[in-house]
Amino acid sequence: MEAVTKLDVEAIRADFPILQRRIGDRAIAYLDSAATSQKPVQVVEAMRRFTEHSNANISRSVHTLGAEATEAYEGARARVAAFIGAPSANEVVFTKNSTESINLLAYAFQNATLDPHADPRFRLAPGDEIVVTEMEHHANLIPWQQLAQRTGATLKWIGITDHGRLDLESIPEVITERTRVVSFTHVANLLGTVNPTSQITARAREVGALVGLDASQSVPHIPVNVAELGVDFIAFTGHKMLGPTGIGVLWAKADLLDAMPPFLTGGSMIKTVTMERTTFADAPAKFEAGTPPIAESVGLAAAVDYLDKLGMENVRAHEKELAGYMLERLETVDGLAIVGPRVPIGRSATVSFTLDGVHPHDVGQVLDAEAVAVRVGHHCAKPTCDRFGVNATTRASAYVYNTHEEIDRLVEALGKVRKVFG
Amino acid sequence: MNLDELYQEVILDHYKHPRGAGLREPYEGESHQVNPTCGDEITLRVHVDGDTIGDVSYDNVGCSISKASASVMYELVNGATVDDALARLAEFTELMNSKGQAEGDEETLEDAVAFAGVSKYPMRVKCALLGWMAFKDALVRASTPGRTEA
Ligand SMILES: Cc1ncc(COP(=O)(O)O)c(C=O)c1O
Repeated sequence: MEAVTKLDVEAIRADFPILQRRIGDRAIAYLDSAATSQKPVQVVEAMRRFTEHSNANISRSVHTLGAEATEAYEGARARVAAFIGAPSANEVVFTKNSTESINLLAYAFQNATLDPHADPRFRLAPGDEIVVTEMEHHANLIPWQQLAQRTGATLKWIGITDHGRLDLESIPEVITERTRVVSFTHVANLLGTVNPTSQITARAREVGALVGLDASQSVPHIPVNVAELGVDFIAFTGHKMLGPTGIGVLWAKADLLDAMPPFLTGGSMIKTVTMERTTFADAPAKFEAGTPPIAESVGLAAAVDYLDKLGMENVRAHEKELAGYMLERLETVDGLAIVGPRVPIGRSATVSFTLDGVHPHDVGQVLDAEAVAVRVGHHCAKPTCDRFGVNATTRASAYVYNTHEEIDRLVEALGKVRKVFG
Repeated sequence: MNLDELYQEVILDHYKHPRGAGLREPYEGESHQVNPTCGDEITLRVHVDGDTIGDVSYDNVGCSISKASASVMYELVNGATVDDALARLAEFTELMNSKGQAEGDEETLEDAVAFAGVSKYPMRVKCALLGWMAFKDALVRASTPGRTEA
């Protein structure tokens, strides 16, 4: 591991004009980056420059702008591939977001199941099993649930302990010889748990199942190297990693992408087309039907540059420090109960909690009046809420630009909540 | 933002001391409504007695706005004629959609005028309307042919 240097948070904050925004008469304390991150000027500027200077459709036009746009788009792909340690840029598929990435994968199974000539690794039958965990975002649950329903496969899941960790002891029972694919969250968006991956991937290998990660909350916050993780696929989303909305990534091993039937079909994903039939382009084009998010890819590449310059080890260290501080300070609030791990080990700087007797909606409203932005609700993880017997939580989440003072403001504002609803 | 305007005394009072809460028999129509963004839920029953609302009973979890609103609604529609109850529903819905422009008629809406401030907060309007939506739906179910005599 490289030596960690402290992030210069003041300098970082200067790159995010929105952090100067005032709500009422106070500067905003933005503690909702797990929902979406803010974008630095470098990202906005890169997109603006591209749009003003080089905008054209890609892979279609021979003119100068078309060539520049194609180069920018393919350059972004290479940039993202390098960032996650992918052996080849062709293993990076651009999508709309994590949700689409995971659906693309689930539909590869579904479409293969309908095609007797498809690769057997993607063909499912009754009796086959799909494994997720109880701490998934709905994006990594519902596509698999639907796939199971449509193919007759069975959906199984690894449960959560009272401490908000995966119940790793159940792995041998949950992942069996019948398991065909295991898809689990790397970092849980409600609990903030950073899941250890090696036991699950080892077990998946042992039984011959494909295995992948919902990396939506990990790629933005910790170093992620797909080769080191030893997984088959990961999904993540640009807007949570300082990039724009409208672009996401599916990374999968080249031989899997080759074997997977396409999800969306249409323009730009073909080799030849007649009125009767079509042959598909090679991956990644096979999975990128229609005009892709071109300016967004430029923005995502700029976001990756920005994160690389900070250094992901440094980002991780900064957030570990904030997580520790947030947990410590929140524990001092009367009637507050943390939902998820209570120690800053194997945990992100995303902390969910309940406040005795006050509904999260009301907490969020009072916090907003204090210019503290958090998310309230079920965070698209209803089964996790059910597991902990709550129907909603308040969630504060920190990123590269957050400070200890902002966490102090959160805690102070929670005192105000007590006053209003005391 | 002015918190006092949103969380008026009347609202906090209804939240802390909800009127008419709990599920009761008899009833002809029942409705279950959820607010998918925050997980607020209500189960509400309507008992129609001839032309009047004989009882409105409910069980809910949720934020102060949704719980207080159900309580205020109970006071307004319980014992009212069906026509009056529907008129209150229309009036309250209009108030909630007014984006802070309307004040509401205290003569007819009584405590419910305290929700005028809520209409400025689009994220909370759904909370305020949840119980009313359940009431409307339960009433429709109660009057579905075969369920009650006309
Ligand atoms: C763990 C996790 N998975 C998936 C998603 C879905 O991301 P998107 O809405 O960008 O598809 C999110 C974010 O909301 C998330 O936190």
